[in-house]
Amino acid sequence: MEQQREAGTLGMWVFLVTEIMFFGGMFLAYTVYRSLFPAAFSSASNHLDITLGTVNTAVLIFSSFTMAMAVYNTQIGKPRAQIICLVLTLLLGLTFLGIKGVEYYDKYEDRLIPGSLIPSRPFGPEVQQEGQPFDAHKLHLLPGATVRHVEMFYWIYFAMTGMHAVHMIIGAGLLLVLIYLSLKGRFDPEYHSPVEVVGLYWHFVDIIWIFLFPLLYLLGRHLAHGG
Amino acid sequence: MSEHIVPVRIYLTIFLVLLVGTGLTVLAAFIDFDKYGFPSQFNTIVALTIAVAKATFVVLYFMHVRYSPRLVWLIVAAALFWMAIMFSLTFSDYFTRNWLSVGY
Repeated sequence: MEQQREAGTLGMWVFLVTEIMFFGGMFLAYTVYRSLFPAAFSSASNHLDITLGTVNTAVLIFSSFTMAMAVYNTQIGKPRAQIICLVLTLLLGLTFLGIKGVEYYDKYEDRLIPGSLIPSRPFGPEVQQEGQPFDAHKLHLLPGATVRHVEMFYWIYFAMTGMHAVHMIIGAGLLLVLIYLSLKGRFDPEYHSPVEVVGLYWHFVDIIWIFLFPLLYLLGRHLAHGG
Repeated sequence: MSEHIVPVRIYLTIFLVLLVGTGLTVLAAFIDFDKYGFPSQFNTIVALTIAVAKATFVVLYFMHVRYSPRLVWLIVAAALFWMAIMFSLTFSDYFTRNWLSVGY
């Protein structure tokens, strides 16, 4: 049993390595474009809602804690506490997604969805022709920033947070399965690899956000502050 | 059952450390370190240092790597190593393009 458990954990780690490389590529793209257009990236970042971003970070960290407690309660054989922890984790995960949705809607309102994907709320030049250049986006552009490069930031923002949200949705699905299996009493201190492996996945998604939050939300705050 | 069980006290401590780290990183983001003579990009360095520290705590304790077999350590290290290769080779291209004025 011991060997089986270790093999399962190891397999999950190998999967997480591929996930690290996958997100790594996006972090790489982010770094290259940020170094090319620093002013635009700072301006665009300042438009993100720092309060919601911070709250969401705390929510996700809390969910990681409850997930760790779910694994702990399974290990010591407390099924009730285990199920409560799993349900809490799921609820916190859904809270995160809800807040993310509010933020996305805010970007939609300010016409910041890149690439003119939304016909009635285009990004960029179309807005300029109406005679109110950058105000439509409610951006306070720093010197040297252009709307086109802000658009680049939002491509990366939506790609990265979107991919992260997809991972959260998958994680929420996995949690539902875990809760169902726990209710049927399938896990005990001897056998609980699924709980542990989903836990690893959940923590990994948390780690991605730990990096996304400062890189997307915080990079230009000190420039806007007092300026 | 030779599985290591991490005590609740440690989980709670890590949870609090992560929250404090989040608070610190937000506070630090509003300070313009350039004004106080720090090297440029110091804000980014602070933010990333805190992020790396937080991630390390999650990996070591929430993900139990600290108590895991050497093979898990090896896999984590391999991931970081390949990531470093990916970043350094790409940067050696992008960040050196303007060293020569051959024009693109």
